[in-house]
Amino acid sequence: MTSETAHVMSSLAPLIIFLPLAGLLINIAFGRRLGERFTGVLASSAVGLAFVVSVLQFVVLQAEHEALQVPIADWISIGTLDVPWTMRLDTLSVAMMMMVTGVSTLIHIYAIGYMHSDVRFHEDEGRYTRFFVFFNLFVAAMMILVSADNMLMMFVGWEGVGLCSYLLIGFWYDFGEDGIANAIAGKKAFIVNRIGDFGFLMAMFFTFWHFGSLQFDDISAALQAGSVETGVIAVIALFLLLGVTGKSAQIPLFVWLPDAMAGPTPVSALIHAATMVTAGVFMVTRNAAIFNLAPGSANVVAWIGAATALFAATIAVGQFDIKKVLAYSTISQLGFMVAAVGIGAYVAGMFHLITHAFFKALLFLSAGSVIQGIEHGHHHAAHGHSDGHEDHGFDPNDMRNMGGLRKKMPTTYRVYLVGALALAGLPPLAGFFSKDEILADASHVNFGVYLLLAIAAVFTAFYMGRQILMVFFGDTRTEAAEHAPENPKVMTIPLVILAAGAVFMGALNLPGIHSLTHWMEHTLGHLHVPEFNVTVALISTVLALLAIGLAWLLYGRKPMTKGQPDPLRKILGPVFVGMEHKWWVDELYELLFIKTYNWLAAFFADTIDWRFWHDWFHDSVLVRSFKTLTGFLAQGFDLRVIDAGFNALAKTAGAASKGLRKLQTGYVRTYALSVFVGVLLVLSYFLFA
Amino acid sequence: MNIPVNYLLVLAGILFTIGVLGVLIRRNAIVVFMSIELMLNAANMVFITFARAFQNLDGQVIVFFLIAAAAAEVAIGLALMVTIFRTKKSIDIDEVKTLSG
Repeated sequence: MTSETAHVMSSLAPLIIFLPLAGLLINIAFGRRLGERFTGVLASSAVGLAFVVSVLQFVVLQAEHEALQVPIADWISIGTLDVPWTMRLDTLSVAMMMMVTGVSTLIHIYAIGYMHSDVRFHEDEGRYTRFFVFFNLFVAAMMILVSADNMLMMFVGWEGVGLCSYLLIGFWYDFGEDGIANAIAGKKAFIVNRIGDFGFLMAMFFTFWHFGSLQFDDISAALQAGSVETGVIAVIALFLLLGVTGKSAQIPLFVWLPDAMAGPTPVSALIHAATMVTAGVFMVTRNAAIFNLAPGSANVVAWIGAATALFAATIAVGQFDIKKVLAYSTISQLGFMVAAVGIGAYVAGMFHLITHAFFKALLFLSAGSVIQGIEHGHHHAAHGHSDGHEDHGFDPNDMRNMGGLRKKMPTTYRVYLVGALALAGLPPLAGFFSKDEILADASHVNFGVYLLLAIAAVFTAFYMGRQILMVFFGDTRTEAAEHAPENPKVMTIPLVILAAGAVFMGALNLPGIHSLTHWMEHTLGHLHVPEFNVTVALISTVLALLAIGLAWLLYGRKPMTKGQPDPLRKILGPVFVGMEHKWWVDELYELLFIKTYNWLAAFFADTIDWRFWHDWFHDSVLVRSFKTLTGFLAQGFDLRVIDAGFNALAKTAGAASKGLRKLQTGYVRTYALSVFVGVLLVLSYFLFA
Repeated sequence: MNIPVNYLLVLAGILFTIGVLGVLIRRNAIVVFMSIELMLNAANMVFITFARAFQNLDGQVIVFFLIAAAAAEVAIGLALMVTIFRTKKSIDIDEVKTLSG
């Protein structure tokens, strides 16, 4: 490839961001008028074309592995702070771009079919356009995040995906418990993410303060030159970890992800399984230079990841909502990824990120397919009854309402099985290779982490087995399951493609060939490549099979019938109750933080603002003194002084006239006497003066 | 007959005073007119006296004017009193006090 063509192709890179933006703007303007099909096709094509452009960038990088920078605009340039909007095309970001746009395109296509039924189920057709606008906005923001050349641009994308997550979780904002639960779930996601964002912001402030720049290039150069103290690097790494726990749902900030299942299933698949939550892992990999020089903080990262992996896996065992099982599974797998990047196995983490995107998206979309089938079956069954009774308490997500769907929804069953086995880590599916690489690296570097992750892997296989057996095997437990239809091709074809990915993605980093490792080395520097550890692989496979076998013993041999309690409840007793109630983490937060915060807010609002400021200060002090002053002016001054003066004037005039009136007697003689007296006076004047 | 001038003047004065007193004190309108006549005649007397004293006829001419004026004035006054009597049925001048304040 000549440098000319390379230059032309790489200059197309900004389209990756602007194509989805264009798609969403056109949909805002014309979507509703031009109909559902137009909206869906336009949105999917925008993302599809973005995928094509990112593949072009991959081709460019194949020839010339050095990182490319494609400037878009100058954003901030104040004093020493220089933050341009430049796209960084290196092997790491291009890999993420391809994965995100590829999976997004498939999910967009799936969503065309899913949302078509969903808006009708919720009886509000106008919302279709809004969904695709937000979906495209998400892809645009994610692309900004992935292609960022400095920490602030990454933060812009970070916030953007957080916003879209909020918008899409609360998509059905007036449904849910009390008509507001979905909106509350969206709010919870946004607020919890904000706490993580605080960590990211603090890391940025420290970075700028000590490194003088936010550009990734400048940071790695400064780190290589050794111009920053290790204490500062450790602190920055810990703050970045806070950001990761928020976005990638680790302990202690994972509580938003299960609630986020309130959104439509494509949202859960794209944002909360494949892409947004992986932004945290991507961010750590991007800042590998920082974490490499802060082993203490990296260790904390690894332990948090491992602990989360195990914690979430235990919760997943006790869940009955099909999406909640997958949500906790996501948190658990993210724990694997975070643990991997924590111990320095960046490639293993990214590898698992990519394979996980495929099979988790597959699982979520298939779960959506199952849920929609149950909803259809429920409508069918309800309308079939002569009394037309609609049971609104019926939860289509509850696995206890399913069963025997293997025969009713065969395609969905097959792809779901592929996804579940990939997640459980059975060879030769993709999940085996990626999870195994993490376990192998961990066994070398940190045995404690390895132990936690291995136990989590056992739980993973067990709960996926439990889910498959509960949903697809046995007899149908409800009328709805009995009448569940298979979904249309627009939904099942993306599932099949994702399933193919789940099967074959392992080829990305086969042991011995290590294509992905070599690809990533161009960005991350020389990486230690561990040899394929047969022991670890064997142990994990055997444990996974044992776990699935145990699931079959409990759920497969005597399939659950309607109304029968979960067999684990008898075996584990209170432990199962704990699992089912997610170990009461939400309740703990409510007690520790939310109650206090609400109390404080109520205190400020009611006591200080209303009672002190309004009632006392305003009404008593200000109003009363004003009224006194004006009262004085009106009564005391105006009435008594001014009015009195003028009244006195009038009274004088009256008195004078009263006196003068006495002259007018009416008697002629009096007038004659006056004349006489006057004559006398005049005469005396003439005679004597 | 040489009546000294002073006596005639004093007589005129006395007549005038009686006339004034009559106007001021008496209530009967006709008596008031009579008093006014008296005053006028007193003034006539003065004129005649001085005409006689200075042997000048101008004084006597003025008397002619005065007598005519007095006669005209009394005619009008009596006409007024007749009109007033028609409404008030009395010629007491104290009754005519409707223009009081």
